[in-house]
Formats: sequence, C-alpha cells, structure tokens
Amino acid sequence: MTGLTFELLCMQLLTGIALGSIYALLALGLCLIFGMLNVVNFAHGAFFMVGAFMGVYFLGVTGNFWFSLVLTPLVTGGLGLLTERFLVRPLYGRGLDYPLLLTFGLSYVLIEAMRVIFGIEGLPSVTPDGLKGTVDVGFGFFPKYRLFLIAATALIIFGVWFLIQKTRYGLIIKAGAADQEIVKVLGVDIAKVWLLVFGLGCAIAGLSGILASPTRSVNPEMGIPILAESFVVTVVGGLGSPLGAVVAGLLVGVVYSMTSLFFPDLSELSIFVLMAVVLLIRPQGLFGKAGAMG
Amino acid sequence: MKQKVMNQTRRKMIIGGATAASTPLWINLATAQSDTIKIGFPTPLTGPFSAEAQDQVKAAELAIKEFNDAGGFNGRKAELLVRDTKLNPGEAATRTLELIEKDKVNFVVGSLSAATQLSINAVCKERKVLFNSISQSDAINEAKDWSPYTFHEALNPTMTAGAVARYSIPRFGKKIVFLTADYAYGHEMVRAFERAGKEMGATTLADIRHPLGTSDYSAFLPRIKALNPDILVLCNFGRDLLNAAKQCTDFGLKSSMKIVAPVLLYTSRLAGGPEAFEGIIGGTSYYWGLEDRIPTAKAFNDAFRKMYNGSVPSDYGALGYAGVKSVLASVKIAKSTEALKVVSAMENLKYDWYKGPEYYRKCDHQAVQTVIIVESKSKNMKDKYDVFNILTIEPTTEKNMRSCAELGHKA
Repeated sequence: MTGLTFELLCMQLLTGIALGSIYALLALGLCLIFGMLNVVNFAHGAFFMVGAFMGVYFLGVTGNFWFSLVLTPLVTGGLGLLTERFLVRPLYGRGLDYPLLLTFGLSYVLIEAMRVIFGIEGLPSVTPDGLKGTVDVGFGFFPKYRLFLIAATALIIFGVWFLIQKTRYGLIIKAGAADQEIVKVLGVDIAKVWLLVFGLGCAIAGLSGILASPTRSVNPEMGIPILAESFVVTVVGGLGSPLGAVVAGLLVGVVYSMTSLFFPDLSELSIFVLMAVVLLIRPQGLFGKAGAMG
Repeated sequence: MKQKVMNQTRRKMIIGGATAASTPLWINLATAQSDTIKIGFPTPLTGPFSAEAQDQVKAAELAIKEFNDAGGFNGRKAELLVRDTKLNPGEAATRTLELIEKDKVNFVVGSLSAATQLSINAVCKERKVLFNSISQSDAINEAKDWSPYTFHEALNPTMTAGAVARYSIPRFGKKIVFLTADYAYGHEMVRAFERAGKEMGATTLADIRHPLGTSDYSAFLPRIKALNPDILVLCNFGRDLLNAAKQCTDFGLKSSMKIVAPVLLYTSRLAGGPEAFEGIIGGTSYYWGLEDRIPTAKAFNDAFRKMYNGSVPSDYGALGYAGVKSVLASVKIAKSTEALKVVSAMENLKYDWYKGPEYYRKCDHQAVQTVIIVESKSKNMKDKYDVFNILTIEPTTEKNMRSCAELGHKA
C-alpha cells in the first residue's frame, strides 16, 4: 500500500483502542455475569441499546451529558435487578440453556419496547459540547470525544477492578464464583450477591451504550451486531475472566482497525479469524481457566 | 414458528397503523375481499433500511387510498399486502413467491436494496407477474435480468451517481476516494460515478469497501484522510450512510475534502441530525421542498400530511407512492388486470404523480425522470422537516442514461 506512514499507523492504533474500549466494557459486563451466575446474558446487547436510548433521552430532558451519564446506568442497572429477581432467578439450577433462551427473548422484548416508545428510526445523538471537534495528538488530529471514551473506559475498568480486588464485596464475589456452597455456609446471602452482580453487569452495559451513542446512530437494532462482537471478545479473553475481557476487547479493536487499513472488506471477518486462531492455540481463551464452562 | 408469529404481528401493526386514518376502507375491503386488486409489497421493514421501508409502506397506502376513494376500477378496490424481506435476498424471494402462489397477488411493487430487488425480479420474471421496483439498481434494466414484466420506478445509479459526479467534480476537484458498502448498490454507485467522472478527467485514489451494516467507520477514516482526496463519495445507504457521515464529521474530514453521496437520504439526515450532515451534497429522486415549484409535489405532500399527522414523505417513500400509482393507473387504462395488457398500458403511460413529467423508456422500462441535487443544511431551518437546500435539478433526458444497446436490448 502506498502512502503508509508511521503517523497513519499510530492513528490506526489509536482508532483501534477507542473501538476496543467499547468492546472491553461490554465484554466486562458479560463476563461478570457469566463468571458469577453462570448465565450467558443474551440481553446484554439490548441493555447496551437501552442505555444509548436512555442516555440520549436524558440528555434531551436535562441538557447535561454528565447528568445523563450518571442517570443511565442507574436505570439499566435497576432494570437488571428486576430481570435477575423476577426472570432469571427462577431458572437457576436448570443449566445454561434456560437463562440463555430467556435473556434472548428479553432482548427482543426490549427492542420492541424501544421501537414502540421512540419509533424505529431511533434518535439523533449529539456529542456533548466540550468534547466536539478534534485535537492534535502529535501524529494527527483525533476526535476529542474518542479520547474521552478511552479515558472513561479506563476509569470504569479501574473502578470494577478496585471493587473486585480491593473491597470486602469483591472478596465475596470472587469466593462466590469459586465455590458458592462454602460462601453460603459462611453465612453470606448469595442470592443478594447474584442480584447485585447482575445489576452491576447491566449498569455497565447501559453505561457503554451512552458512551458509544455520540459516535454512532442510536436505533433499536444497534445492540445485535455488537453483542456478537462482545461474545467474540469474551471467548478470546477466556470465559469468566475480567482481565481477559479487557485485554481481548482492546485486542479485537486493534485487529479490526489494522485489518481495515490493509484489507477493508475483510475487517468484519478479521475478528472471527482472530477468535478461531486463539481457540486453536488456547481453547480456554487467553486468560481463561480450562473447563470454565464446567 | 416464532419468527412467523412475530412477522405477522409486525405486519398487522404496520398495516393497522398506516390505515388507521381510513377505517371505513377496511369495511369496504372486508366486503369486497375476493374481488380486490392485490398488490404485493415486499420491503425490508426490519434492519438498517427500516426507516426508509416504513415510509414506502405509508406512501403506498396513500396511493391505494386515493385509488379506492376515486371508485377503484369498475368498483374493484385495491389492497396492499406488505411483507418483510429483512433485507435478505433469500427471504425476499420466499416472501414474493408466497405472495404470488398463496396470496394470489395481481402485481408486485416494492423492495429496497439492489440485491433484494434482483431476487424479487427473478421470481416475478419466472411467474410472469408485473414487478415495479422502487429501489435503485442498474443491473435490473440490463437484458440478462430484465423481463417484459420488469419496471423500474426508482432512479438508477447511472442517473443519480452520474448527476452527483457532474455537479461536484467541476466544483470541488478530480481526486476521488470512495467509501463503499460492499454489495450490489455500493458497487453500482461507484461504477456509475467513475463512468461520469472519466469524461471529466477524474481519478480514483481508492475504493474502500466496508461490510454492509457496519456501525463504526472510524477504522477506515485515517487512511482516507492520509489519501487527501478532493471529494469523498459515500456509496452506502440507510444507517450505514448515517454512521459514515457522522463519523467523517467527527474525524474532521470535512475541513480538507468535500463529502458527497450519490443518494443523500432524507430519512438518514433526519435521524442523524443537522451537525453530522452539514454541507454534505447528494442526489435524490424527491425532496418535499419541491412543492414550491412543482404543483403535483404540493398535492402529494398535502395528501400525505393529511393522512400522517403533518409529516412529509421521504424520497424512497415517494417512490412507494409512485410505484403503486403507476400500476393502478395502468389497470384503469388497460381496463384489465391481466399482466401483459397492463404492461403495454404502462409502456405508454405519461405521468406526473409527484415530481413533474415522467415516462417509462420502452426498451428497458426505466422511469425517465429528473435528479435533484441537494445540500444538507444546518442553519435557518423552518422546522424539523426543513433539512435540504435544492441546489439544482438535472433535467429529464435519456442522454444521461445508458443506451438500450449498451444494456443489451435489441429495440
């Protein structure tokens, strides 16, 4: 390819990281729920979509992006709590497929609901005022908003890491994922922990929705393709490994971006090729433990 | 099974919603069911073109209503049977076959996306059912895909992309980069733009192809910026166009190049907002703002506004109206619903439904019509529907179309 410069490669890398940020966030939420509850949440993309709609809606009502950034995860998180309590909970102990089918159905209910409320065209999303335009990053001009996206993602990931690694709640979550029987015996109400983890996962999905909304169109079907990509990320990273989700998310973003530069028409395929290669070499994913599907 | 139930509910919702304003019509329909003229209307109600497809249905329902209100054909009323193609050529073929075999439709009008209309055309061709296509394609008029039963109400890429090339290359420059959806529509748009560009000495720096339904284009943009073209041509449609335009704006591409779209969609612009589309120039078959200069556009808009709470029809919506209207008008002229008689009536039809005089070229049944060049505006908008400035209207002429011989037709 002619005109390939160091600057272009750097730009492409940065673009890939911004792209991967959203993948990482979504996969992190998926992975928390799977690692803890053993539930493959097929409604995760729908929560992402609801988050985007709520974000744009609250932004319209309040006129303040930061305010809607706080409000949106509360709504999707609350929705997640209700989902776990009334829909997912009765299905525990019935294997993987029951909650999988349930959340799959739920995602269609949420999509239809947004269609009824906001219409099929979706909503125009806007970039918040202070984050419009581009900024010189040394090797070219990059949209300010996407830099903010990278920073916000880093902050959220740090927050989740802190919660799991450094707090008492995190200890319970980790212990619960390792051996729920023992945790129960120790007197912890494991049902409440599951409830909160599911809510947290959905809150993160909603948060990624609002964070992604200024970069793309907000419409009822927006959660479908990105869900497939997030599952690829989760599988590449290793099922149930939060670190794997983050690393694989960024990796998928960068692979997609680099493929786009050299073979644009293969960009979509590239992440599935990556998944196939990783699975051939490490069937449990980059950071997964063998037999995680147990 | 689940899929089927969902389709039916959606269908009911759409048809029900669309005709809510004309409840008495349903009573008429119920009594004259066996006798109605049935028009099958396959279109992608779900997926990235759903906004355009829903508008097609709304406008087609208006054409049906006008026909029925005027007494129909010898008392026979018309009826629209809408089916969701899901933007999938296979699904489109199945639905069309079902419409013909099971629902016994008299005609097929509709479709959106080059690939689905070709598959619908193949089915109609084989079953000898008249199909009036309302989506852009060049291939459909070429001898190998065409049949005497094929009509093409929409513009085709040669006409739209050609007009946009003729407008923009002299004004903005000759170095061109394409960002192209990797399917029939995208490829045909590039070919037509290059064809018109060649005469003006334009050169293509790159044709970057992306998968249909991509939501993030950022990965393609640094390279486009580095190539530094005079004109970036967005050869994609629906939400793809929306996302691409938005992200090109975010990455600051407009500061160094002009962005044009062979088809600049009203619906995408509405959903994307003024900022994302600011200054983008493109071609269209219809914009409601034509009503200031064309009386039939005014009449069409007013009827649409009355039926749908003051909203105005979109470009592809208007095609739904014209597509159905042409067929029904020809039924009246032919005094028959027999396909070949209607075909010959349509071949001789001179009509002006909504955008000025039109007719179907004899050899390939392509509707000869004007192409409107519009620019998206972000200032001085009267209301939310006021999104484009009309820059120029490329007049109706067969000169800008590929000749019948070029398409492989003998006549």
